[in-house]
Amino acid sequence: MSKVEEKLFQNRYLLDEGNPHIRIKNPELCKASCAQPCTFCCPAACYVKNEAGGVDLTTDGCLECGTCRIICSGNNNLEWDYPRGGFGISFKFG
Amino acid sequence: MTERFDAIVVGAGPAGSAAAYVMAKAGLSVLMLERGEYPGAKNVQGAILYSDALERIIPEFRDEAPLERHIVEQRVWMLTDKSHIGFDYRSDEFNDAKPDRYSIIRAQFDRWFCTKVKQAGALVICDTVVRTLLKDEKGQVIGVKTDREGGDIFANVVILADGVNSTLARDAGFRKELDGDNTALVAKEMHFLRPEVIQNRFNIGEKEGVAFELVGTLTRGKIGMGFIYTNLESVSIGIGCMVGDFEKGGLTPYGLLDELKAHPSVKPLLAGSEMKEYSAHLIPEGGYKAIPKVYGNGWMVVGDSAGLVNSIHREGSNMAMTSGQLAAETVIALKKEGKSFTEQNLARYRSALDDSYIIKDLKKYQGMPGFLHGNRHVFTVYPELMSQAASTMLRVDGIDKKSKEKQVTKSFRQKRGLFGLVGDAIKFARAFR
Repeated sequence: MSKVEEKLFQNRYLLDEGNPHIRIKNPELCKASCAQPCTFCCPAACYVKNEAGGVDLTTDGCLECGTCRIICSGNNNLEWDYPRGGFGISFKFG
Repeated sequence: MTERFDAIVVGAGPAGSAAAYVMAKAGLSVLMLERGEYPGAKNVQGAILYSDALERIIPEFRDEAPLERHIVEQRVWMLTDKSHIGFDYRSDEFNDAKPDRYSIIRAQFDRWFCTKVKQAGALVICDTVVRTLLKDEKGQVIGVKTDREGGDIFANVVILADGVNSTLARDAGFRKELDGDNTALVAKEMHFLRPEVIQNRFNIGEKEGVAFELVGTLTRGKIGMGFIYTNLESVSIGIGCMVGDFEKGGLTPYGLLDELKAHPSVKPLLAGSEMKEYSAHLIPEGGYKAIPKVYGNGWMVVGDSAGLVNSIHREGSNMAMTSGQLAAETVIALKKEGKSFTEQNLARYRSALDDSYIIKDLKKYQGMPGFLHGNRHVFTVYPELMSQAASTMLRVDGIDKKSKEKQVTKSFRQKRGLFGLVGDAIKFARAFR
């Protein structure tokens, strides 16, 4: 387990299976002309570079901070929403 | 729900709860909607609560609210890779009957605040995301659309307390997307220790607390700051930088936090602790110049949603509560006068903000974000120079003190040049005045 996964393991989530709240609109756009800052800015490491040169997104560990939406706003390549009511991260302490 | 409320508040953080509480207490019909499974489930803060703003809304809060420790000592540390040089202020006066600040745990605090809102007569519904604002043909906001079935709910006015991301205000065209150069991303962990260990380690009494603010070389010239706050049986530790700075690469939020925890001055403070939660959150730090429009036909924006944060003094939740209160008072007054919630009438809320400490303070520091962007070296150069100076002067090694003084002066001039040093001082003073 990577260090960030160990951190996320402590958190409480209510997963909305099969219903990710963030979506990459056009995966091809990530390959071309993008430095892929989402892969090192996301505090939950939800974005990972893949072998095809693109980015894989898994929202399970998402902390719902909004950073990815800001850094991708230039390319406008994310569909970013909050999880359905009650789902997603549930901070015990916050 | 066919009922029409006097007001709908979106978001059960300090801003939303303050607004809902004040309106419900005045007898208005209020609905507060929260997307988390309980109030606080989505909320993150350091967290230090400043008493004044809450005391003006709930004078007896000290008897009821889940407060952790009242802060008796504040430490400001400048870190280099191996050292820290700091400034502490501790006073027994912070032990008076009505302390002015406390450490809190937001998930607990927000739940309590929300119970007060319910007791005051408001309806609170959790597990509910507001997807869009409902407008009539003239553009007047008349309610909200939620993600529940048949989820349209109507009100005379909608108060947006939906937090820093404020997707609602953005989607409605009330504001632009957040600017990465004006928004900090902070990663935080909660470390649990026995209360006696915390008290011994931080040199404090049973209910006393310490707050640290940290700057230094570990942000590697990026605009950033860390903190350590003592709670009753846990220590909150966090650090963040501007999103725009993270974007340039070389540093991850969790990597930065791990470096802070491993710093030789910090590590012993957390030794033996159990980490029980990792969180991250954005802080709107653009200050006065970044404040969006805060009112319009049928709507007002409060708290983080409106960017009301004084990043220099680490104040935000107090401004959230005060802005919530001022928005609520605007609604109460207009209803009493039988006036409608038009943009023209809601302009009173902005005037009230202008007359309060919120806009006065944000105006005072309006040059600060610009200064920091143009002078990132202050985060690395000065901690290093101060540390070197202290090390040179304190080391007893057979070199006379006069020569040591010369060496220190020389190192400052070499690093920044005389003009650089004077320039930094002038620019800083201008931004601060």
